Amino acid sequence: MTGRTLYDKLFDAHVVRTESDGASLLYIDRHLVHEVTSPQAFEGLKLAGRQPWRKSSMVAMPDHNTPTTPGFTVITDAVSRTQVETLDSNAAEHGLTYFRIGDMRRGIVHVVGPEQGATLPGMTVVCGDSHTSTHGAFAALAFGIGTSEVEHVMATQCLPQKKSKSMLVRCDGRLATGVTAKDLVLAIIGKIGTAGGTGYAIEFGGDAVRALSMEGRMSMCNMAIEAGARAGMVAYDAVTEAYVQGRPFSPRAEQWDAATKHWRTLVSDVDAKFDHTVVINASELIPQITWGTSPEMVVDVNGRVPDPDREKDSTKREGIARALAYMGLTPNTPMNEIKIDKVFIGSCTNSRIEDLRAAADVVKGRRRADNVKLAMVVPGSGLVKAQAEREGLDKIFTAAGFEWREPGCSMCLAMNDDRLEPGERCASTSNRNFEGRQGAGGRTHLVSPAMAAAAGIAGHFVDVRRLG
Amino acid sequence: MERFTVHTGLVAPLDRANVDTDAIIPKQFLKSIKRSGYGPNCFDEWRYLDVGQPGADNSKRPLNSQFILNEPRYAGASVLLARQNFGCGSSREHAPWALLQNGYRAIIAPSYGDIFHSNSLNNGLLVIRLPEAQVDQLFHDCAAFPGFQLVIDLELQQVRATDARYAFDFEIAAGKRERMLNGWDDIGLTLKHSAEIAAFESKHLAAQPWLA
Repeated sequence: MTGRTLYDKLFDAHVVRTESDGASLLYIDRHLVHEVTSPQAFEGLKLAGRQPWRKSSMVAMPDHNTPTTPGFTVITDAVSRTQVETLDSNAAEHGLTYFRIGDMRRGIVHVVGPEQGATLPGMTVVCGDSHTSTHGAFAALAFGIGTSEVEHVMATQCLPQKKSKSMLVRCDGRLATGVTAKDLVLAIIGKIGTAGGTGYAIEFGGDAVRALSMEGRMSMCNMAIEAGARAGMVAYDAVTEAYVQGRPFSPRAEQWDAATKHWRTLVSDVDAKFDHTVVINASELIPQITWGTSPEMVVDVNGRVPDPDREKDSTKREGIARALAYMGLTPNTPMNEIKIDKVFIGSCTNSRIEDLRAAADVVKGRRRADNVKLAMVVPGSGLVKAQAEREGLDKIFTAAGFEWREPGCSMCLAMNDDRLEPGERCASTSNRNFEGRQGAGGRTHLVSPAMAAAAGIAGHFVDVRRLG
Repeated sequence: MERFTVHTGLVAPLDRANVDTDAIIPKQFLKSIKRSGYGPNCFDEWRYLDVGQPGADNSKRPLNSQFILNEPRYAGASVLLARQNFGCGSSREHAPWALLQNGYRAIIAPSYGDIFHSNSLNNGLLVIRLPEAQVDQLFHDCAAFPGFQLVIDLELQQVRATDARYAFDFEIAAGKRERMLNGWDDIGLTLKHSAEIAAFESKHLAAQPWLA
């Protein structure tokens, strides 16, 4: 028998039945729910006279619309408030585990799930949000779904799914100091493209990934979707085990021993065959920064804005020219000469304690540059915020002129009041630099937390390792 | 969902790669708790010159005359031609809702974002993958012939010129095709297997009680 990939093991262990056309009915262990993509699903359930199949599989919290203003008590935007109140009442009606506004445990669903141990190795995890791929860092099969599928999972605990092809992204070597998981995943997206992973489940492996913390692995799996892959994952190891142990939803006592025995099998077999393998030399990598309106439009921090005239393919050439016009950039400009207006440190990609520590390390004892109008730090959850405050990180940020906010998705997608004005340029630790993503007309450059912090201090992009 | 069998409609071209779901429907419209009303805000940031807000009267907003889908020749189009990786990014199902409510019944592109692709089929929006060369030809004909229409035939799995000069076959998963042809409720179909799901579940949770 040939070896199986981690993806094979996770998928096969959840197949309830397989149809003649190859589509399988996949059992879902964990369903994370937020306010934006669930109201129509709850309504559909009600209209059809159905009940959630297994309520204990659901964990819900508002995150996309919530204000980040320190000490806020009400949502002033009536439309946003209605959406959050709709989740309040749906959660109450069905008796779901719910972290409401004011609950310390509330935050971005992809930060809170792992933090609570609601995400466990071996699980199938879904959520009506494309960045659900984050949870794959725990050797789980996790992917984003649409609202019809949210309703489907609520009603049946299953989803019809066709098995994807498998891709191994092997990251050899070791990341240099000052180079992070974010830089690594941006480089991977630059290499394979935003459609490179379409139709695949990606496993991130190799020494550089093994050496990452769970926070770093989550940043990488989070952005698997930006490479087109619905799911990203990392094999189980001692790092996973140490993170999971002792969390509120984690198994205890004798269940812990049984669980870890099972979880230790959640690795690709040595003779497993992948449909495609990509190899990256992580040792050579330097900090990455996007210049355009797609995450694949990425260069080294020492690089320059590309010149469309050097691109032979006409669709690509037009794409570059259009992106540069939107971004207000001139071809061949060195990236480290580009000035910024705002800094956003946060999002489900980079708002965990390690991210905040890395950013605080850079800004400690320094001041935000005068041309930077706003630098905001948005922790991923109330518990991350409290931890950071225990470590004094909030004081470091505020002393440097960075704002310290309440948890939420915030300016990653700008559904609340945190947004860019037209033409504003932002160093952002989020995951998407699409047109208008952080506010209509806003210009986003994706970077690591340390690089975003460094840009906030220098007023322009700079290799954080040269900040001195 | 609405049944889809054979549809003939005006074709509109959107000649750019990697059109993401943020572009198809910007975030401020995702605050709605309804399934309807997204049509006028489809491609909002490209379609209008101002910034749209939920609840605004879209008929009074200034249109961007440079945006190709605003050209009078494409008014009433129901088939959208697009480039690779259409619908990448966010999982928002508001994207297929906006496209459908803006009048599109089918999309033709070389490739799609995975989540958008399933969301679309789940809503009866037929997303068709054709090879790059065939998509090129359709873009060419769409530009060359005002009023260019296509026949989208789900029964025969075929995209045809109305004068039958050419017909391109396309692939679609058999189960998805059957559901769209009949307008079946996906959840209802899955619930037919309730007993099997329950049996799987009890075994699964007994073996791994920490999942319960």
